[in-house]
Amino acid sequence: MKTLAELAAIREQMKDKVAIRTGSGAVRVVVGMATCGITAGARPVLNAFVEEVAKAGLTDKVMVTQTGCIGICQYEPVVEVYEDGKEKVTYVKMTAEKAKEVVEKHLCGGEAVGEYLIGNTEL
Amino acid sequence: MKDLSLYILDIAMNSVRAGAKNISVLLSEKDNVLTLQIIDDGCGMTAEQVEKLSNPFFTTRKTRKVGLGVPFLRMLSEMTGGSVTVESRSDAEFEDHGTTVTATFRVDHIDFIPLGDVVETMITLIQGNPDSDYVFRHTSDKVNVAMDTSEMRAILGGDVPLNTYEVLAFIREYLQGQYNENN
Repeated sequence: MKTLAELAAIREQMKDKVAIRTGSGAVRVVVGMATCGITAGARPVLNAFVEEVAKAGLTDKVMVTQTGCIGICQYEPVVEVYEDGKEKVTYVKMTAEKAKEVVEKHLCGGEAVGEYLIGNTEL
Repeated sequence: MKDLSLYILDIAMNSVRAGAKNISVLLSEKDNVLTLQIIDDGCGMTAEQVEKLSNPFFTTRKTRKVGLGVPFLRMLSEMTGGSVTVESRSDAEFEDHGTTVTATFRVDHIDFIPLGDVVETMITLIQGNPDSDYVFRHTSDKVNVAMDTSEMRAILGGDVPLNTYEVLAFIREYLQGQYNENN
C-alpha cells in the first residue's frame, strides 16, 4: 500500500528538476479531450503520451496537454504537435500504440509519422 | 462510450472548463444502486441553461453545434431505471457558485455498462488541470477508496505540480492499492 508520506520523497527528488522543466517545453503535444475525443478513445492515447514521453526522458522538452473539441470530431482521437519554428502537425484516429510510435519516431527521432497524419488518413 | 468511467471523465471535463478549483467525484453503491456525484465550484449555469442541458442540440461552444455529454449520461442512467439531476448556481447570481450532477444507475439492470477504470479517469483529470484539487471516493460493500489531492499538495509544496509524471504514477498506485486491498 502506498502512503502519502512517500510524496515527501518525491518532492525532495523532483523539486530541482521540475523548476527546469516548467521553464522549457519547446514541443507541445495536445490531445483533444472533449466528448468526441473521449468517446473515440482519447484517454488511453493521452496517458500513453504521458507515459512514453517520461520513459523516453523527454519531459524537459515535451509538454503533453489537453484541449477541447477542435471541430473535426470524425477524425478523433486527434493529436496536434506544436514545435518551435515548425508547422503544426495533426495526427488523427490515434491509438495508444500509435502514440508510442509517434513518441519514438517523431519526438525522439524528429520525423513525423506520415501514415497517421490528417492528409493521409481516410475516414 | 464503452464504460461509465469515460462518462465520468466527460462530465468532469465540464467542471474543468467551468474553471472549478475543487472537483469531487463520488461513487457509492448500495442495494444494487450506484450513485455518481460530480460536484464542482466552477462558474455554474443559469436556470435557463440547466433546463436546456438535456437537449443535445444545445451547447455554448463554437466549434460544433451539438452538446452530447449530459444527454449521453442521462440516456445511460435512464436505460437502467436511474435518473440524472443537475443543480447549479451561476457565478453571476451566487457567491457560492458551482454545479452538482447526480446520476443513479441500477447495476443489476441488463443495460448497465461496467464502471471501467475510474483511476485512469482521475489521473487524466489531474494531468490536464493540475492546479485544481480533486476529491475521489468510492464506497460499497466491497470497496472503500478515498483520495484528496489537497492533502497531497500540502506535502508536495509549491514546487512540484500534481501532474509531474512521478506524482501521477504515485496517485495511480495509491488508488489501485486501495482497490486491491479491498479485494
